[in-house]
Amino acid sequence: MIKLKFPFTEEKIRALKVGDEVLISGTVFTGRDAVHKYLHEGGTLPDGVSFKDGIIYHCGPVMMKQADGSYICTAAGPTTSIREEPYQWQVIRDFRLRGVIGKGGMGAKTQAACKEYGCVYLHAIGGAAQVLAECIKKVRNVYFLEKFGSPEAIWELEVVDFPAVVTIDAHGNSLHEEIFAKSQAALAARL
Amino acid sequence: MSELPASLLELIRRTSAEIPDDVHQAILTSLENEKKHSLAANAFKIIDQNIALAKTKSQPICQDTGSILFYVDVPVGYDQITFAETARDAVKLATKKGYLRQNSVDSLTGKNDGTNVGPGAPAFHFHQHRSPEISVKLVLKGGGCENVGAQYSLPDDALHANRDLDGCRKAILDAVLQAQGKGCGPGVLGVCIGGDRATGYELSKTQLLRLLDDRNPEPKLDALEQDILKTANELGIGPMGFGGKTTLLGVKICAANRVPASYFVSISYMCWAYRRQGVTLDANGAIQKWLY
Repeated sequence: MIKLKFPFTEEKIRALKVGDEVLISGTVFTGRDAVHKYLHEGGTLPDGVSFKDGIIYHCGPVMMKQADGSYICTAAGPTTSIREEPYQWQVIRDFRLRGVIGKGGMGAKTQAACKEYGCVYLHAIGGAAQVLAECIKKVRNVYFLEKFGSPEAIWELEVVDFPAVVTIDAHGNSLHEEIFAKSQAALAARL
Repeated sequence: MSELPASLLELIRRTSAEIPDDVHQAILTSLENEKKHSLAANAFKIIDQNIALAKTKSQPICQDTGSILFYVDVPVGYDQITFAETARDAVKLATKKGYLRQNSVDSLTGKNDGTNVGPGAPAFHFHQHRSPEISVKLVLKGGGCENVGAQYSLPDDALHANRDLDGCRKAILDAVLQAQGKGCGPGVLGVCIGGDRATGYELSKTQLLRLLDDRNPEPKLDALEQDILKTANELGIGPMGFGGKTTLLGVKICAANRVPASYFVSISYMCWAYRRQGVTLDANGAIQKWLY
C-alpha cells in the first residue's frame, strides 16, 4: 500500500503505476455528470474550489444535514466514470487535476490526458459505500447544491486512508485496456 | 392496513442496508477462490467489510440506492391504489431517514426534488393470484449496473449470432465482455429470450428475484445458465474488472414467446450490491416473514 497525501504533486503522481494500491489522504472534491458537462461547456468553478494538484471523485454521496447546518456523509462509493469520458481530458487539462477517483475505468482520451498532463485514474471499489464513507472524516463544504441537487453537487471532503487502485497511470498504461484485450481473446477462444 | 406504512419502511431499510444471504454466501465463496493478496481478493475483502458495516450501521450498502422496483403479488380484490400511495409515502420517509439517497431526477428539467417520488418512480409491478397471501418484493437497482444492461436483436451479424440458443449464448457473453467492471461486478445476469423490447427487459429483471443457487426447471435454459456462468468466469475480467476468477455470481434466464419477426435477447445486469428483499404481509399489513 502506497500512502498518497495532499498536495498531489506531479512528482508523486508520476511515480505511480498501474496495479499500485494506494491510500489517499487529504482534500478531494466530488464531481460527476452535471459538473463535467458544465465545465465542458465553459462553466467556471465556484470560489473556494480548486482542482489544481487535486483529486476529483466521481461520487454522488448520501449526505445527512445536521441541526447546526453541517453535513455527515453516510454513504459514498464511486459512480461509473465512463460517462465523463467525453469531458474528463479537458477538465484534467484546464483545471490541472492530478487524480480522478471513480470506478469502471475510462477510455483512450482520459488515458492520453493522464500521460500528457500527469494525472492518474484511481479505481475505488464500486458499491463499497460504507467502507469509503468511513474514510471521509469531514464534509468541509458544498457547492452547486441548489443548481445540481445533492448527488451531483461538488462536495469538499477530507479523506484519510481512502483505498483505491491505480488502473490508469501517467505513463500511458491502462489496466482496463489490458483486461479488455485479454478477456476478448479468451471469449473468442470459447465461441 | 394500519401496519403497512411501518412494514414497507422496514422493507426499504433492510433492502438498502442488508445483502441477502444467498448473495453474501456467493461473495464469500468467490473470495476464497481468488488468489491471496491479488487485486481481486482485496476487492472482495473491502466488499465483505462493506456488507458488515452497512448492516451494523443500518445505512445503504451502496450510495446509489437505485431504481425502486416493487413486485407485489396480491389476492383478488386487494386495494392496489392504497398500497401504491402507502409505498410512495414510505419511500419519501425512507429518503428523509437516509435509507435511500435523493435519487430521482426530473428528466426534462434536471431537477431533483429530493423525494424519490415522481412519474414512474417508484415502479410497481402488481400481480393478482388466487391465494390470500400478500407478498412484496423490492429490488433497488443501481444505475451503474442498469447502464450495462443490453438488448440484442437476432440475428446479429457482427456477433455471428443466429436465432438459436447458441446465438443467445453469443449475445449474452458479449454483454459480459462489454460490461467489463463497469457494472460493479461480479454481477448477476437476468436474461429474457423473446418477448418484445419492453416485456423482454421487464422479464429479465424478474429473473433477479430468483435465489442464486436455484436451478432452472427448463433443462435447456439450465444448461445455458451453467455454461454462461462457467464461461464468463474464465474470461479473467474479475471483480471491478481488476482481473480474477469471478466475473459473474449467477445467471438466470427465462424465455417468453415472441412474434415471428422479432428475436430479442434482453439482459439485465445486477451488481454485487444485490439489493433485493421481500416479505409476506398479513391482512393488517404486518410482516409475517422475510423471503430472502
